[in-house]
Amino acid sequence: MSDTRASGGDFTSNLGKIYGIYTGGFFGFIVLVGLLEAIGVPNRYLGYMFMGLTILVYAFIGIVTRTAEVGEYYVAGRKVPAFYNGMATGADWMSAASFIGMAGSLYLLGYDGLAFVLGWTGGYVLVAVLIAPFLRKFGAYTVPDFLSARYGGNTARMCGVMVLIACSFTYVVAQIFGTGLIAQRFLDMNFEIACFVGLAGILVCSMLGGMKAVTWTQVAQYIVLIVAYLIPVVIMSAKKFGLPIPQLTYGQALQQISDLENQFKANGLAPANMKIHTEAFTSYSPANYFWLIFCLMVGTASLPHVLMRYFTTPSVREARNSVAWSLFFIFLLYFTAPAYAAFSKLEVYSTLIGKPIADMPMWVYNWGKLGLITICGKAAASADAVREACSAVAGHAGVLRWQDFNINTDVVVISTPEIAGLPYVITGLVAAGGLAAALSTADGLLLAIANALSHDIYYKMINPNAPTKQRLIVSRILLVVVAAVAAYVASTRPSDILAMVSWAFSLAAGGLFPALVLGIWWKRATSQAAVWGILAGFGMTLFYLVITRYWPHVGVQYFGMSSLLNPVTGAPLISAADMAKHLADPAIANGPVLVSNPLASRVGWFNINNISSAAFGLPLGFLVMYVVSLLTPAPSKELQAFIDECRRPKGKTIMEEKTT
Amino acid sequence: MSDQQDKAYWAKTSNLMYLMMGLWIFFGYAIHFFVTPLNSIKIAGFPLGFYMAAQGSLIAFVVMLFWFAKAQDKIDRDSGVAEDE
Repeated sequence: MSDTRASGGDFTSNLGKIYGIYTGGFFGFIVLVGLLEAIGVPNRYLGYMFMGLTILVYAFIGIVTRTAEVGEYYVAGRKVPAFYNGMATGADWMSAASFIGMAGSLYLLGYDGLAFVLGWTGGYVLVAVLIAPFLRKFGAYTVPDFLSARYGGNTARMCGVMVLIACSFTYVVAQIFGTGLIAQRFLDMNFEIACFVGLAGILVCSMLGGMKAVTWTQVAQYIVLIVAYLIPVVIMSAKKFGLPIPQLTYGQALQQISDLENQFKANGLAPANMKIHTEAFTSYSPANYFWLIFCLMVGTASLPHVLMRYFTTPSVREARNSVAWSLFFIFLLYFTAPAYAAFSKLEVYSTLIGKPIADMPMWVYNWGKLGLITICGKAAASADAVREACSAVAGHAGVLRWQDFNINTDVVVISTPEIAGLPYVITGLVAAGGLAAALSTADGLLLAIANALSHDIYYKMINPNAPTKQRLIVSRILLVVVAAVAAYVASTRPSDILAMVSWAFSLAAGGLFPALVLGIWWKRATSQAAVWGILAGFGMTLFYLVITRYWPHVGVQYFGMSSLLNPVTGAPLISAADMAKHLADPAIANGPVLVSNPLASRVGWFNINNISSAAFGLPLGFLVMYVVSLLTPAPSKELQAFIDECRRPKGKTIMEEKTT
Repeated sequence: MSDQQDKAYWAKTSNLMYLMMGLWIFFGYAIHFFVTPLNSIKIAGFPLGFYMAAQGSLIAFVVMLFWFAKAQDKIDRDSGVAEDE
């Protein structure tokens, strides 16, 4: 690969300087926008400046790092240092949902929401120990590449491509959806147009330079997103507790929340069964809590767009270091999210609950107008609307009770600057951070899908003699096509899209994890076993998801499913009488009633929620692989030697490609 | 490299893997089984059970991975299968 070193060498040899200047410039820009705000430039223009400038910078990096070499296009020439690959993985990994939604979920679910924090970090232990270094040694361009080499042939490759597309596509649609929402909310753009504007932003980063360009834009995007996430909560912590380390000070916030919770219950401001913030297993049963952590962890270790980031490091050693750095950079955001949740909750509990409904602060109405905060069951658009809604509640004393107030999970992060009384520049910064999170994840996912189509299907299966130039053209065309399809799907506002994202983890876990892990750690695993294992694990996971979500009545009638249980009381969510009534209802029995089916996501086997559906698929995948392996002849001597080769860091990558 | 050295190398690597998986199970799951009793201990306002899920285990994961990268590299070097710098 000596020939690839010349191009882009200026960039990669000056990384510290370039990103140092970039970060300084970004802070300078924040100060500049703050000054503009102070002299009276309208908020709307400040928003445009934030979005416009950051996207321009990403596009600039994308263009500067463009490439015409296959090795650079697919694996960034394998010269991304561990530290920077860690940042890029952080941005690749943390999506709009992590940035905007996670703190809100923690606000809502309290302790049980920490399943996401644990699940989305602990998975990296599996990545580092079980999978990534070995795939790096093999020298794969894509995850299906490894499956094909290890399990001899294109059937395993096809199975891998199928799982990859199934779990990546819905995920990328959700990112474009997120981009559209942010552009709509902060720039007042039409949602459909915003989706396609987001798409353009994504394409300028990834189309010209493939993995190489995506890597260096993701590093830039990580810096924006982490700065944007930390600044508001650091300021809030300093204001409230006099110490700018929110991760430490929110212990005091938790203490105050707990005191207030007791007061509310004593004063009749909350029902006796109110959710206590730090109490465990109020939203998920213990089994569901631990299965969810497990599925998220194993899913993390199987998602192709994450694994492929470790193909870009210069060595196996660097790949391992890089996983550690990735987790560190992800950790910075995830251990801050519970602080966001605690501060917001404290703010709501101490300034709203128990106060007369007539004097709610302005920010409540601002978000209430958008329907994102409701009081007494109605959007809190104005003082009159609130009074009207609460007067309709029987016996309401005109004082806001705990159960009257409801906040959309997306608002927690976005509204923090406003609640803390910070200038608009910080709100613009948060929007830019959310945009960076959505764009960077979308880039990684799109590349994973397009690479699977162009490298695995077109080059490896349809036209193995395609010259380099043609392969790159095909890659780019496919990238644009997949991106356009994803943007189109996002612009139709599919109602279930956010739920589907959490499915991606279970699908990846059930489909890919057994084949990847056994492929490295168990020489006896055979190719037929892999194919059947993937089909069984993926099929089972998909079956459980689809049946419980779309055909729950069929699940109850034919597959022995029953109502899930309330995690606190243990009573079924749907009583036996209701179940009989629903099943007899012809409107339900006649097929998929998508959103409105009253049984949807409320039935299952062994009281397992459908977001943890790999709880069934993963063990089945392992079992099938184990049994079929023992029933089929052991892999050949050559293949065993190949596995040994993957296990030893020394020596060249096994898969060598012509790269120019 | 001889077959025997190969086996010894892989045995060491596997042992490290089992150790890491043990720690992973401990910090990922085992400690959280005891969240309710741990919550009665409070440190700087944090109930300990809550703290472990929100920060403690995460810090453990990060430290584990940096340590693992070092430990595995040492095994590679000692067994003569490390990559050239």
